[in-house]
Amino acid sequence: MASFIQLLVSGLATGAIYALIAVGFTLLWQTSQTINFAQGEFVMLPAFFVLAAMNFGAPFWLAALIAVVLSVVILGLMFKTIIVDPMLRHGVLPLVISTIALSLFLKESAKDFYSSQAQPFPALVPPIDLHIFEAVISLQSIVVLAVAILTVVALHLLLNHTRLGRMMQATAQNPTLARILGVPVKRMVLYTFLINGALVAIASILISPIYLAKFTNGETLGMAAFLAAIIGGFNQVRGAILGGVILGVLDNLSAAYVSSQYRAAFPLIILIVVILWRPQGLLGRLEERTV
Amino acid sequence: MTRLGAVGLVAAVVTALVLPLFLKGYGIYLLSMWAVLTIAALGLNLTLGYAGQVSLAQGAFVGLGAYTVALLMQAGWPFPVAFVCAVLLCFVIGWGLGYPALRVQHHYLAFVTLAFNTLVFLVLRNEEWLTHGIYGVSGIMRPALLGLSLGKPLAYYYFCLGMLALVAFGLWWMIRSPWGRAFVALRENPVRALSLGLDTRRYTLMAFAIGSSLGGVAGALYAPLVQFIEPNSFALGLSFNLLLMVIVGGSGYFYGPFLGALVSVLLPEWLRVTQGYYLIVYAAAIMFMMAVCPTGLFGLAQRAARALRTKRAPAAAALQAERTRP
Repeated sequence: MASFIQLLVSGLATGAIYALIAVGFTLLWQTSQTINFAQGEFVMLPAFFVLAAMNFGAPFWLAALIAVVLSVVILGLMFKTIIVDPMLRHGVLPLVISTIALSLFLKESAKDFYSSQAQPFPALVPPIDLHIFEAVISLQSIVVLAVAILTVVALHLLLNHTRLGRMMQATAQNPTLARILGVPVKRMVLYTFLINGALVAIASILISPIYLAKFTNGETLGMAAFLAAIIGGFNQVRGAILGGVILGVLDNLSAAYVSSQYRAAFPLIILIVVILWRPQGLLGRLEERTV
Repeated sequence: MTRLGAVGLVAAVVTALVLPLFLKGYGIYLLSMWAVLTIAALGLNLTLGYAGQVSLAQGAFVGLGAYTVALLMQAGWPFPVAFVCAVLLCFVIGWGLGYPALRVQHHYLAFVTLAFNTLVFLVLRNEEWLTHGIYGVSGIMRPALLGLSLGKPLAYYYFCLGMLALVAFGLWWMIRSPWGRAFVALRENPVRALSLGLDTRRYTLMAFAIGSSLGGVAGALYAPLVQFIEPNSFALGLSFNLLLMVIVGGSGYFYGPFLGALVSVLLPEWLRVTQGYYLIVYAAAIMFMMAVCPTGLFGLAQRAARALRTKRAPAAAALQAERTRP
């Protein structure tokens, strides 16, 4: 039982990070039909921004701040204006190919211009273990969970309880109608890209102390984000959160109790089952089919 | 086909036949690899370009084909039998993979096939009793055909080229048959196709099964070509690569995959000068091309040809463009 609780908590912590990544992913999809195959690399990169800033002598908090800003500018603003905007009119598939190429580009850039070795990444908190009901739970898991929940709550407040957020939702649901009602649709789309930039930076800072900063990190993280988004529901922010948490917990439990060799297979099997049984995802709305 | 196209085709065939005589071992190997990858890309072009079903699993079928042939030949089966088994296996599994496509489309389908690719990779890596896991299968013999040994690189190249010609002819014939029309109808407007009495269900499954079995053909040729296979060769990277070949060449253009595969095989060699930065340059080039011309090289060529013609006789060209618009 004690080990079960340990696995559950660390699974929740990873799942919360997956959820952050998946939320950004679904936001981009909802407002601009962008399927970002480079989302994993987007999470890999900010960790290197932090390390680079620290190499210049910045303390960790400042480096983290710089990384978030850089990430919002490069992975949010530049990604939208340079890659997505020229492609959107061509439809979904060319953009998919382009983001696949972008993921390769970012991965190789991190490898060639920083290092191909896994880099140690400063921990957010000292390595203290808490003993709760015989279970040993690291302070790190708790902090990760807390930061992720705070971020999600902040995002929820922004989307549902401000004028800006409601305009963004209107843009996601029906851009034409939103435009008629006077919502600056283009700017709203841009904001979702900026939010995605911030979300991946936060996820990166949370996950890198656990995984180390490595140029290949994006592969697993990107996959986790896709899976979480599809399992939970592509067109719902809370779907992505649910998907992320399910994925993190399941990953930990299946590795411990079923088979560590096929650890990576369980989420995929769930994915296939979900798609066949409920293609819109567990919490998703059905998208209408056009003739 | 226009006269220019016919001249280009003849020139390409002659080059493919004559060029290897002047090449050394590595050049012949690259050309053989081109022929093999083209077969896989042709299959994907049928599924994606003609029938409009996104698949990110073609690499997995190449892997299944390669492993089937390698393991059966190690067990002492003759190559032709192993070859047929590989193709049949891929046909059946491809048929099965078509079922999700009946329920979901576009990006969802992309993710299902992506998941399938990863599952195949995991099985190849983990089932050591069957596939030798990460150590791979080595020492795969090249077969003999009608008493002629295909052990020499040049002989095996011509064998691969012959298979490519067979596959290409079969596809060319199929695309001009009612089947080809049905596949295009599936891509353009599945609901209308259904309402016109087309059995969209059967054609969707068929598009996957035939495309996948061509992946199997490519795999069956790949294993004796490289003579050593391991699971990592058939991970997602290969599927992405094949997808890029189809898109770069021009999805839905018959000759697109030939060109796409050529670019994909030759580009790493040309970009040797950039040393470690080759993949960065490659990725940037793809992104640039997608922004400028998402219909691929053939789309670009067609656009250029149309522009030339327009200069000559604007009204007639506009009329023709109207008629031939895809």
